[in-house]
Amino acid sequence: MKRLLQAVLVLLLVSLALFVMLRIVPGNPVAVLMGEHANEATIERLTAELGLDQPIHVQFFRYLGGAIRGDFGTSYSLGKPVSQLMGAAFVNTLLLALAAALFAWIVGGLCGLLAAIRKNSIPDRLFMGFSLLGISMPVFMVAMILQYVFGYWLHWLPISGVSDWRSFILPAIALGWNSAGSIARLVRSTLADTLEDDYIDTARAKGLSETAVIWRHALRNTMLPTVTMMALQLSGLLSGAVITETVFSINGIGRLAVQAINGRDIPLLQGTVLFATALVIFGNLIADLLYKVLDPRTRREVKE
Amino acid sequence: MDEKLLEIEDLCVEFPTEKGKIRPVDRVSLEIRTGTITGLVGESGCGKSMTARAVMNLIKKPGKMTGGRILLEGRDLGQMGAKERRLLQGREISMIFQDPMSSLNPVMKAGKQVDEVIRLHEGTDAGEARRRTIEMFAAVGIPDPERRYDAYPHELSGGLRQRVMIAMAMICKPKLLIADEPTTALDVTVEAQILELMEKLREGGTSILLISHNLGVIARMCEDVYVMYAGKIVEHAEIGTLFADPAHPYTKGLLRAVTSLQEETALLETIPGNVPQLYELPQGCRFSNRCAFATERCRADEPALRDLGGRECACFLEDRA
Ligand SMILES: Nc1ncnc2c1ncn2[C@@H]1O[C@H](COP(=O)(O)OP(=O)(O)O)[C@@H](O)[C@H]1O
Ligand code: SF4
Ligand SMILES: [Mg+2]
Repeated sequence: MKRLLQAVLVLLLVSLALFVMLRIVPGNPVAVLMGEHANEATIERLTAELGLDQPIHVQFFRYLGGAIRGDFGTSYSLGKPVSQLMGAAFVNTLLLALAAALFAWIVGGLCGLLAAIRKNSIPDRLFMGFSLLGISMPVFMVAMILQYVFGYWLHWLPISGVSDWRSFILPAIALGWNSAGSIARLVRSTLADTLEDDYIDTARAKGLSETAVIWRHALRNTMLPTVTMMALQLSGLLSGAVITETVFSINGIGRLAVQAINGRDIPLLQGTVLFATALVIFGNLIADLLYKVLDPRTRREVKE
Repeated sequence: MDEKLLEIEDLCVEFPTEKGKIRPVDRVSLEIRTGTITGLVGESGCGKSMTARAVMNLIKKPGKMTGGRILLEGRDLGQMGAKERRLLQGREISMIFQDPMSSLNPVMKAGKQVDEVIRLHEGTDAGEARRRTIEMFAAVGIPDPERRYDAYPHELSGGLRQRVMIAMAMICKPKLLIADEPTTALDVTVEAQILELMEKLREGGTSILLISHNLGVIARMCEDVYVMYAGKIVEHAEIGTLFADPAHPYTKGLLRAVTSLQEETALLETIPGNVPQLYELPQGCRFSNRCAFATERCRADEPALRDLGGRECACFLEDRA
């Protein structure tokens, strides 16, 4: 509950900071909107209509009042309510992010696991070399390589737009690639450390097979730092989503944000950034919860 | 009743290190007779744990058992298939470790960690396993066992955790329990309780290899004692003989350290110097750099462990007697 309150407070502060920042940038957005040939009178009229002539705190509270009711204003450049635009984009971004996270967890986790079990073996070196590539390659490069190989060259998968679930495969891999690399490395080193712990010897002394030792005793302890890292990576995942959505022409929040910036579309930009912030905060909340589920030491009080 | 339960013959454990190959366990032989508590004593770092780990097949890489045999009731553990040997552990031989804080999995309920053993070895179903674990908890003196079954290790005191470890080790009624410094991490009152419990286990038919750096603990519990120094057994005798008439200068030093502690005299007479590093052992007898009786011969040749009629000792002094 305390965490939830904190989350709301953070969200409020971010929206305030964002609001102020967007309004102290020079240049009247209405003028940009109308183009070069707009006359003075029209600009003034529109500025008043949008409430942009009001003092900044009045604007903010108006905005806040609307936001609470789910009204984030109307997009200047697209002429539609921001909430409606984001609603459609939200689903795509969420699906993309989930698929990317899933890819990162499964592929990164498995590679790290295999590498840790067979340390210094050929698969280990292969995976670790690969993961270094994963960490160091920028998202757009991965995206373009994937597009080229699987779309343009092999014709296996769609490379643009969203038609069905297959449209998400390449974007998800592109977006999850970095995370998969860091997860593989983290899982490898953490698991290798965990396998040195005393309770692992206890488990072996019981007569458990090595597989059982790893699955039942080592893995859960290995997951703790990984969960934390995933939460920390969430904001990276979102900035990656901006690029991925643009490269793959996916109609998502990231792409919407790019459009908003290009068009100096303040309501739309506010909406998308707020959404991203909420997602990061929410992700951290989930990570906290997950950590509590996984680690009993954070759950109950120590009583000697 | 002089049946041999466990025989270790010429056990060697080697570790490659940057400074060359070391042998934390160097041709160690020891026997545990059925129904006894056998002690293995020596200063920290002398290779006690490594000996125990060799029996449990738990030597950490890159270390390796490079020589010798380990026989349980005549069966050579080294000749067994991997799975067969593994399934012996927890069922016929089990081990408890020095630090009960770190020996239990922090994210698993205490009870679950215990009933895992019978579920593995006896195929017991979950309900039955829980019942038997709670029974075992009660038997090892864990108060309120039903509640403790669902407790996580961090919710238990050190003494309770060690009792959980003992319950885990004993639930399949093994023939041999290896206890590696089981009370070193505990305070004196709890230590006494745990030792009492181990005495009861022995009466129940389990033989015990009790490892300790504390001769006081050994004196209280064991019938037969092996004294280890820098990877070697230097003396072996029955407890009475060892205390009344220690033969090896190292044993004498250990004994003096105990008695001076007990009498709380200001004079704390311990053995001067430290255990030598394994990669820079002195020439000849390994104890010669700390021994008050060392002669030229001691610095040139290494004394072998010799049978002196009912006892064994590795020291040149015994030649003259
Ligand atoms: N991983 C390792 N690599 C090299 N040497 C080791 C390693 N682990 C233990 N040793 C050495 O083995 C010796 C015996 O250790 P141990 O059996 O734990 O002693 P004890 O239990 O008697 O205190 C020590 O001198 C230690 O330095
Ligand atoms: S052999 Fe020599 S140095 Fe070694 S313990 Fe005996 S007297 Fe001391
Ligand atoms: Mg030890």
